[in-house]
Amino acid sequence: MLGERTLTQLGSRAIAIAREVGGIAILTGQVLRALVPPRLDGRELVRNLYRMGNRSVPIVALTAFFAGGLMVVQSAPFVNRLGATSLAGWAAGYAVLREIGPILIGLMFSGRVGANNTAELGTMTVTEQLDGLRALAIDPIKYLIVPRVLAMLIMLTALTIIGDLVALVGAAVVAKLVIDIDWRTMYASFADNLTPHDFFHGVEKSVAFGAAIALTSCYFGVTVKGGAVGVGRAVNAAVVAAAVSIMLLDFFITYATA
Amino acid sequence: MIELVDVSVVIDGVTLLDRVSLTVAPGARLGVIGPAAAGKSVLVKVMAGLIAPTAGRLRLAGEDVTGWPEARLAPMRARIGMLFQNYALYDFLTVAGNVGFPLEQRGESPESIEPKVRARLRAVGLAGSEDKLPAQLSGGMKKRAGIARATIAAPELVLYDEPTAGLDPVTTSKVYDLLRADHDASGATAVAVSSDVAGLCTFVDAVVFVYQGRIAYRGPTATLADADDPLVRQFVSGALDGPLVG
Repeated sequence: MLGERTLTQLGSRAIAIAREVGGIAILTGQVLRALVPPRLDGRELVRNLYRMGNRSVPIVALTAFFAGGLMVVQSAPFVNRLGATSLAGWAAGYAVLREIGPILIGLMFSGRVGANNTAELGTMTVTEQLDGLRALAIDPIKYLIVPRVLAMLIMLTALTIIGDLVALVGAAVVAKLVIDIDWRTMYASFADNLTPHDFFHGVEKSVAFGAAIALTSCYFGVTVKGGAVGVGRAVNAAVVAAAVSIMLLDFFITYATA
Repeated sequence: MIELVDVSVVIDGVTLLDRVSLTVAPGARLGVIGPAAAGKSVLVKVMAGLIAPTAGRLRLAGEDVTGWPEARLAPMRARIGMLFQNYALYDFLTVAGNVGFPLEQRGESPESIEPKVRARLRAVGLAGSEDKLPAQLSGGMKKRAGIARATIAAPELVLYDEPTAGLDPVTTSKVYDLLRADHDASGATAVAVSSDVAGLCTFVDAVVFVYQGRIAYRGPTATLADADDPLVRQFVSGALDGPLVG
């Protein structure tokens, strides 16, 4: 009896997840189709680029600075014990550029921009603004979703690049203050040991994370049901889905390119 | 102008409309009344092509549009104006931006849109509110802005979903005066959903009473209070005792 109930619950959950994954896949197809031919509402794109990107710079810079510094703090005991000061920059940079930077900034972006996007689209859905667009013969995918998806893709990539640079500065500052490694040694450690591939590996991930955050946040926004409570549930679901997507994508991209 | 033939709508296993057949002639003004959750808003959304019928046929302006994809429906929708129950004003646009939006999307120039928007806002009593955001408007002002947007492109058919819900009696009268004046001038077909039967009857010529997804009564407004159906009589009179459920 208990087993049957558990199986039923598992089955229902699996169907619900499959429905959501299917919904996101359909939305992805609609977005790609809307891009051919590429006709965009430029004003809507610029508006989204500004509010999603510009306003995220301070929080991303702060996070990245301390993430870079943290890598140095964690590695400091080993660097001191082994006298491996020339590798301190490499350790921090490698971890930040390839993993910590894209993941942390992606999660920050999802919490700030993705959640906001879901709430905004969700509110538009429950207040019939999306139906209002359709009633005016305007495709909500082209007018609302495509500019948001593009803005999130562009801005997460840009923020990751900015965050990478700030994180390296953070690592150098903390290295100087905590284990007294001079700037030149840190710079040499970065320059001699890190490759462009390390940087582009992280950037590739940020593009994938941006797509995942954009599509999940838009999907859960436009499928809201049940008024304000529904909007809250949708924001929660979008943030969880984006976080899970980021971790899965990170694993598979790292595995595929290892 | 509109013809529904045996239209049913089932969403998530719930029947919202059940074999509804209805014809609205060009230039006619039809009122849709009924208790909450009877299917009134679903009915007008079907008429606008926003909800696809699960069964039955929908004809708009002589064309059977049942099952048409969104892209094919677009030119037909351009001939329809709609006021939504929740106003559906875009938060990120000013009042003038909202009202001029349908014209902007049709490719009209800002120079051509501006005087039309000013004239429409003057007509609905919102002159001077051009630069306000929807959040800065009262409920009545939002309704009037919604009406201005629904009618600015001179549509052949205007659908009003609860044009006076939540408004005080004076504002309600003003809104119906506005609708009457608009439609007297334009001759456009109108379908208006409302729970305010008395106010609605000052605007429309005929009404349908929707109950549990079906049309339980149809007839001219003049005979509504004397309808044979006890459901309609109870709804119109507001009596507590009677066959109405929910």
